Amino acid sequence: MSQRVVIDPITRIEGHLRIEVEIENGKVKNAWSSGTLFRGIEMILKGRDPRDAWLFTQRACGVCTYVHGLASVRSVEDALGVKAPNMARLLRNLMLGAQFLHDHPVHFYALHALDWVDVVNALKADPKRTARLAASVSSAAASGARDFEVVQQKLKSFVESGQLGPFANAYWGHSAYNLTPEADLLAAKHYLDCLQMQVKAAQLHAVFGGKNPHIQSLTVGGVTCERDLSIDRVAHFLFQLKEVKSFIDNVYVPDLLAVASFYKDWGAIGGNSNFMAYGEFPQTDSEPDSLFLPRGAVFDRNLGNVVPVDPSKITEHVKHSWYEGEAALHPSKGETKPDFTPLNTEDRYSWLKAPRYDGHAMEVGPLARVLVAYAKGHEPTKKLVDQVVETLAIPPAALFSTLGRTAARAINTKVIADAMMDWTTELIELIKKGDTQTYQAYEWKDGTGMGLNDVPRGALGHWIQVEDKKIGNYQMVVPSTWNLGPRCSSDILGPVEQALIGTPVADPKKPLEILRTVHSFDPCIACAVHVIDPHSNEVYKIRVI
Amino acid sequence: MPKNCLSEERTLERDVSRRDFMKYCGLLTATLGLPLSMTETVAAAMESARPPVVWLPFSECTGCAESLIRTTYPGIAQLVLDVISLDYCETLMAAAGRQAEEALMESVEKNKGKFFCLIDGAIPTKEGYGMIGGKPMLEIAREVTSKAAAVICVGTCSSFGGLPAAKPNPSEAKSVGKALGISTINLPGCPPNTVNIVALVAHAVVLGKLPELDDLGRPLFAYGQTIHDTCPRRANYEEGNFAQAFGDEGHLNGYCLYELGCKGPETHNNCSRVKFNQGTSWPIGAGHPCIGCSEPDFWDEMTPFYVAS
Repeated sequence: MSQRVVIDPITRIEGHLRIEVEIENGKVKNAWSSGTLFRGIEMILKGRDPRDAWLFTQRACGVCTYVHGLASVRSVEDALGVKAPNMARLLRNLMLGAQFLHDHPVHFYALHALDWVDVVNALKADPKRTARLAASVSSAAASGARDFEVVQQKLKSFVESGQLGPFANAYWGHSAYNLTPEADLLAAKHYLDCLQMQVKAAQLHAVFGGKNPHIQSLTVGGVTCERDLSIDRVAHFLFQLKEVKSFIDNVYVPDLLAVASFYKDWGAIGGNSNFMAYGEFPQTDSEPDSLFLPRGAVFDRNLGNVVPVDPSKITEHVKHSWYEGEAALHPSKGETKPDFTPLNTEDRYSWLKAPRYDGHAMEVGPLARVLVAYAKGHEPTKKLVDQVVETLAIPPAALFSTLGRTAARAINTKVIADAMMDWTTELIELIKKGDTQTYQAYEWKDGTGMGLNDVPRGALGHWIQVEDKKIGNYQMVVPSTWNLGPRCSSDILGPVEQALIGTPVADPKKPLEILRTVHSFDPCIACAVHVIDPHSNEVYKIRVI
Repeated sequence: MPKNCLSEERTLERDVSRRDFMKYCGLLTATLGLPLSMTETVAAAMESARPPVVWLPFSECTGCAESLIRTTYPGIAQLVLDVISLDYCETLMAAAGRQAEEALMESVEKNKGKFFCLIDGAIPTKEGYGMIGGKPMLEIAREVTSKAAAVICVGTCSSFGGLPAAKPNPSEAKSVGKALGISTINLPGCPPNTVNIVALVAHAVVLGKLPELDDLGRPLFAYGQTIHDTCPRRANYEEGNFAQAFGDEGHLNGYCLYELGCKGPETHNNCSRVKFNQGTSWPIGAGHPCIGCSEPDFWDEMTPFYVAS
């Protein structure tokens, strides 16, 4: 068998991404997205014990921890024909939900907010007016004038210390920042609050997962944590969940609305046309019918027609990637040999392959999930989308944008947090009934398996071939490959490349606006962005955080 | 010199009580294995200017940086605002691109011989397999570490090669020590416990020197004993009580996981003592065998994981 290689997804998410754009008349005219790190987890997996795979693949990403572990055990269980017990299904859903509750708010505050919020401008704010602003947008606690004054003072003395640490040398004062000093101070306080909150959200994982990042309680056939189904552990989970949910309801969602109200023009920037969600959170062992968030694809922004997803239509293209050949193959048949050549945007320029569905580039992630759910009449999603559109007084079409992508992430988080309260109640009911089996024994057999998941950054698929109790082949097609991959065999741009076209850039030396759209996809990686100004041919190197 | 923000006056100004501060210093003192009488010394050391730290990410998954931000005493905001000067950290910093690179070089030059260089991720040595801003990771690592006061490898990948270096090592990834031919302080674990990362930083800040290490560069305060030495299920091992399968009676009873593949006897770490996420749990507590994640080459040497060694 020839050697099979798929890019390590960590490189796509956590490795190093390079974005190159061409700007003309103050707008992006062309864009190229390049992944510049290769690890090769799939190559490493070949020949190993399939039961071990989840521990390897979980290390694809330490930010979106857990999800590659779950995708892996699902693919092996599919290959072996084993169904995890109901309690294991529920615990897995709760752990995946916890990942969303950690990941999405951390993205908004720690990774995305500084594209919209000018922290230095917050020093000019009036804490009393900030408190009035806070009261007008939410009923969050610790929002009095004194609370904001303390934070402002903290930032001030930090700046005065002369050691600016992670806040040094940023784009403070850029003309594209629109918030008032008071809104900046409100968001800056919540940036710090989120850093505290995320510690608690991560504990939700540790209750049933042993630790976070990289939980250690999954196993092919179920979960290993049945001794954690004690009343004290469940209470820990429930009350921690309530606390995290309170942050989402009273801080995250109101902040999203408050910040978005200053940036409504971003409802017309950074949009795509095709979307795909695998759906998530099985409510029984039947998929995709029982998925809480539905599976489907939307083409040409037509929400009147959600198309069922047929995984056999997925191909990965390598014409512009650092692999030999130009064949576009299904992930289960992927055959590739790495072949690095100097980066050339006209030829090969990325370690990422270009996944396509029926030949189309598809955006995946929160916006895709929300659009598919909305179009399929998912009530909790529909209600929130309508509220957001109404509160911001924007047309529904404004959702197809950078603003919509960022809003969808908050909507998704709240929908999942609310559902987790119900799932926790279900967990307690199962314990009461004594239905606590968490593991199903199984027999080995050869075969192929597929695990489809929808995780914070989008549609995630693992494909495995089990041969004689060993891994014959393993393939992962991850969300950031869908979103950040390069052009395909037909030279169709990848979603982030397409989304960047038309983005206004006030100052090519400080391309804050490009960071907004790139970050709205939550690549959550360090990227190198090269901006070319065709008039001066000057190349500026920008690293996107 | 800027006054350190944890002095009593500043502490009160910041709504952090002296009592909480001393509690934190006491915890650090205990984690470091120092006598509690040294708590005052610890507190005094924390009142100096913030030491500069740069964090370089190479072939990694960011799990190590994520682990660090789970810290509570101090919280990550306090750590960054009050304790250290985190001059370069791609995961958290506001600056982008050229401005970020400038921030790195400025700190490295200004604090030559005085800053701590923390690294997560192995270094891919195959040409083109790992670049940042068009520069090979190997080159960046060489340039920055040569000017650091100490190089601290956070996690198994930078310490020993870890996952990218597992067979067949497609990117020819190496540990920082091997790739550069230098000595490093290693905090292995996949990822390492935030308590140990912060304790090491505290050790340097508090005592002004680095902790005693084992022959693999691991601080003895965290890696001096095996998981098995301090495992709460040890008595079951001694009495021959073993879980034979997940979900069996032995597993439900919390028996020893050795027969299910537990690598605790060969693994040096303090997981059972400090646990993870504010003491919430740890892998064996969650019914899963230890996979040996803080040992060199564990992805090859400790696998298959679910088979008793």
